[in-house]
Amino acid sequence: MADAPKIPDEAETRARWGDFAWTEENARKAKEVLSRYPENRKQSASIPLLDLAQRQVGADTQTQGWLPVPVIEYVARQIEVPYMRVYEVATFYTMFNMAPVGKYHVQVCGTTPCLLGGSDDVMAACKNKGLSKGHTTPDGLFTLTEVECLGACANAPMVQINDDNFEDLDYDRTTAILEALAEGKAVTPGSQTGRRDSCAIGGPTNLKEMVDDNHDYRGEWAS
Amino acid sequence: MLADKDRIFTNVYGFQPWTLDAAIKRGDWDNTKDLMALGQDAIIDVIKASGLRGRGGAGFPTGMKWSFMPKESKDGRPSFLVINADESEPGSCKDREIIRHDPHKLIEGALIAGYAMRARAAYIYIRGEYIREAEVLFAAIAEAYDRGLIGKNACGSGYDFDVYCHRGAGAYICGEETAMLESLEGKKGQPRLKPPFPAGAGLYGCPTTVNNVESIAVAPTILRRGAEWFSSFGAEGNKGTKLFQISGHVNKPCVVEEAMSIPFRQLIEEHCGGIRGGWDNLLAVIPGGSSVPLVPAAEIMDCPMDFDGLKKVGSGLGTAAIIVMDKSTDIVRAISRLSYFYKHESCGQCTPCREGTGWMWRVMERMRTGDADISEIDTLYQVTKQVEGHTICALGDAAAWPIQGLIKHFRPEMERRINQKNGGAAPMMEAAE
Repeated sequence: MADAPKIPDEAETRARWGDFAWTEENARKAKEVLSRYPENRKQSASIPLLDLAQRQVGADTQTQGWLPVPVIEYVARQIEVPYMRVYEVATFYTMFNMAPVGKYHVQVCGTTPCLLGGSDDVMAACKNKGLSKGHTTPDGLFTLTEVECLGACANAPMVQINDDNFEDLDYDRTTAILEALAEGKAVTPGSQTGRRDSCAIGGPTNLKEMVDDNHDYRGEWAS
Repeated sequence: MLADKDRIFTNVYGFQPWTLDAAIKRGDWDNTKDLMALGQDAIIDVIKASGLRGRGGAGFPTGMKWSFMPKESKDGRPSFLVINADESEPGSCKDREIIRHDPHKLIEGALIAGYAMRARAAYIYIRGEYIREAEVLFAAIAEAYDRGLIGKNACGSGYDFDVYCHRGAGAYICGEETAMLESLEGKKGQPRLKPPFPAGAGLYGCPTTVNNVESIAVAPTILRRGAEWFSSFGAEGNKGTKLFQISGHVNKPCVVEEAMSIPFRQLIEEHCGGIRGGWDNLLAVIPGGSSVPLVPAAEIMDCPMDFDGLKKVGSGLGTAAIIVMDKSTDIVRAISRLSYFYKHESCGQCTPCREGTGWMWRVMERMRTGDADISEIDTLYQVTKQVEGHTICALGDAAAWPIQGLIKHFRPEMERRINQKNGGAAPMMEAAE
């Protein structure tokens, strides 16, 4: 448990987040979330509402957000279950942060397909920019986490920063992204080699008509 | 090579928009009402006749799974379809392409499958990390509602059917069907004991079928083109087309739809530009995602890529996530990293898995550095056998198999490291962490 998050002091947390409530927009979103589940099954909304709450905390703190205890309590009240039922969900799923993170949450995939693709170089680039696993940089900009397979294996190695994937990385490309973010410049998510999603490098081996035209193949079905 | 006209996912690379109008032009939502008019049992019969086997890894016949659902509700409980988009198996990245580039195939499939199994709603459980993909899916569902394709009187068929998207929050285990139901109910994703099976008591205690995204998304095309068309691809018992996902040491990693049973060599040559450094440089392949044992180069080269062909070489098709490793690979590290993955993802419910995955990873790390005793290879193998089959879900098995595959095929390499490091002398024993 060496890399367990340092959970902030509860008294301080209560003072800061004790009066947490949805913003007007998020109250509307929360209502929409609850409408997806049967009336008597509000608990189903625990994950979406925790996610919404974490995003609201993030917006308040100019970071990627985390889940202070009073916020978890707030969600528990809304879905009418004991606090513990929501706390255990918050700690079970890796996307919920139990401690504050930085403005950019850099999640480097280190599982075997990315490892084979060179995730060591991606990790080294992060380290050389001053990031270290499980920690936030002193300027509050970057938090580095090594995560498990994020499902972009044909574009390995990859990193997810906040809500976007950056794929087909190497040492230099990773460094360039981190530098651009630190300078507040725009970065383009997706493949960093200009490749079209999971299409083979150098153009598709199949479905070539689709590149320039929304081709309808039904006319050829009979032939 | 599979002809383009026989590909189901024609927008797999996303060169064209995913939107409803573009999808309709490609042939989706084309008279869905008529497909439904076939009748519920007839739809299931077509899917059965097509030979479609579940695309999520286990390969259970999809039509048969649908037929397990109750034909009428005797006690007023509704039925549900849950679509598994929690794609987290290392190596797998196909459902992502379907959802972000062809979401309407999935939504139309949800309606047809849900109708066939008499479900009142479908929940699509998408993994939390697919944030942009979920945005596309939410938008696509909204489009379909706006046009009356789903919802009340879906497609004018007289059948009411809702489709909801539910985002997870990062847990591999939620890809296991009963863990997924727990998670959908807002709990920790810990698998349930079976029986009762989901078809009897699943989501909210109601009859439920859990299907993979790809299994559902291919259904409308199968109905349009007929079972014979689908079953004209692939070997007996392994019919149809399949999205293969090739990662690792090939020249051009990609996702590609191909006929089932395509030989490995042909798949790699035609779509991936060959093995990095040539075929002589191939070391081993994990052919179906991290959960299946690796296959050494000589055995995989001409192996048909299907359920039965890969079973014959001691592995499995899984999700058809092909992880290719050339001779530069530190094979023990590659497998040890998978052991770490399973340690990280074990839900903690069953002791053999919770304790075993951590134990196996720690020993694998010593195997990687050679800081072990030769006899510990056998001990490790025995422990994998004690984890395998002794847990509620298959995560324990999935953690055991890669190590078993490594020991079976690369034992000399493991021994070489140990001998090189310490001449075979036993290291100091350490208590568990």
